[in-house]
Amino acid sequence: MTHDPSFRRTAFNDGLRAYAPLVIAIIPFGLVFGIVAAGSDVGPWLGGATSVVIFAGAAQLATLQLIDAGAAGAVVIATALVINARHLMYSAALAPGFREFPRTARFVLPYLLTDQAFAISIVRFGQVEEPVYRRWYFTGAGLGLWVTWQISTVTGIVVGAQVPGSWSLDFAIPLMFVILLVPTIKGRPELIAAAVGAGVAVAAANAPYGLGLMIGAVSGVVAGVVALRVMR
Amino acid sequence: MSNVGIVFAIGIGSYLIRLSFIGIVGNRAMPDWALVPLRFVAPAVLAALVAPAVLLHEGVLTVAPATNPRAIAALVAVLIAWKTKNVAVVITAGMVTVWALQAVF
Repeated sequence: MTHDPSFRRTAFNDGLRAYAPLVIAIIPFGLVFGIVAAGSDVGPWLGGATSVVIFAGAAQLATLQLIDAGAAGAVVIATALVINARHLMYSAALAPGFREFPRTARFVLPYLLTDQAFAISIVRFGQVEEPVYRRWYFTGAGLGLWVTWQISTVTGIVVGAQVPGSWSLDFAIPLMFVILLVPTIKGRPELIAAAVGAGVAVAAANAPYGLGLMIGAVSGVVAGVVALRVMR
Repeated sequence: MSNVGIVFAIGIGSYLIRLSFIGIVGNRAMPDWALVPLRFVAPAVLAALVAPAVLLHEGVLTVAPATNPRAIAALVAVLIAWKTKNVAVVITAGMVTVWALQAVF
């Protein structure tokens, strides 16, 4: 089967169209991140660069928060990577669908892997087996999100530079995390993981090197695993 | 370590995590012992990020609206986020609650 450019364009547009409704969630998130970055110790330039270099909203926000709190560099890195560890699951689930992609695509496209691109693609990959279609579909969804994220981040940075500190906009960080957190509570084990993570993080807030978040997170994961075992 | 170094280390690490099974490990399925804990990473990490930021005021646990309006505003945000996935609505509700409490107390 040969593929003319219009076939690729169709696949790309299908991916883009599947992503389109999520724009409503990505734009405010990117704006808030940009506003927070503008007011952070990291500064607008490096803060904005995280959208290209890291390209993962929750990890980017946590990075700024931890650096502002004076956490040790190694702790900031480890914490951000723990937050992104969920991408291991996505990578494993998508790997069979990427198997027949050209080598370059298999190394470049994972950069565009996000919660949303995963959710969109895994559904479509179950319906269409054609590798060229899959490749351009994923590219459409992933690139659509990437472009939205960059534009909204930069817009937020420009806007954020004008926002006075008295507006308490740093409170938007925990609010963003609330928005990401609530849908992850899919059952009682997840609720227990979250409750233990929260409680331990509060108790360990004064731990050295900014380790409190990591201690809370690991405790929460362990609690979730134990809860699942007990309830089974 | 410089902030630039931190950001790039996270960027490279995040890319390698995304690449892992697609580019490196190949088609071996992820073992259960790894899959089960990963399921709890998001709720545990996100809750650990939220709780200290909204429950502590200058390092002390307090939910009194006069000293720490963020605790109640966060609770409002959780309840609204539970009902709607609209980012703008949740952010607005949380921010307005904080501003209102700051104005009252």
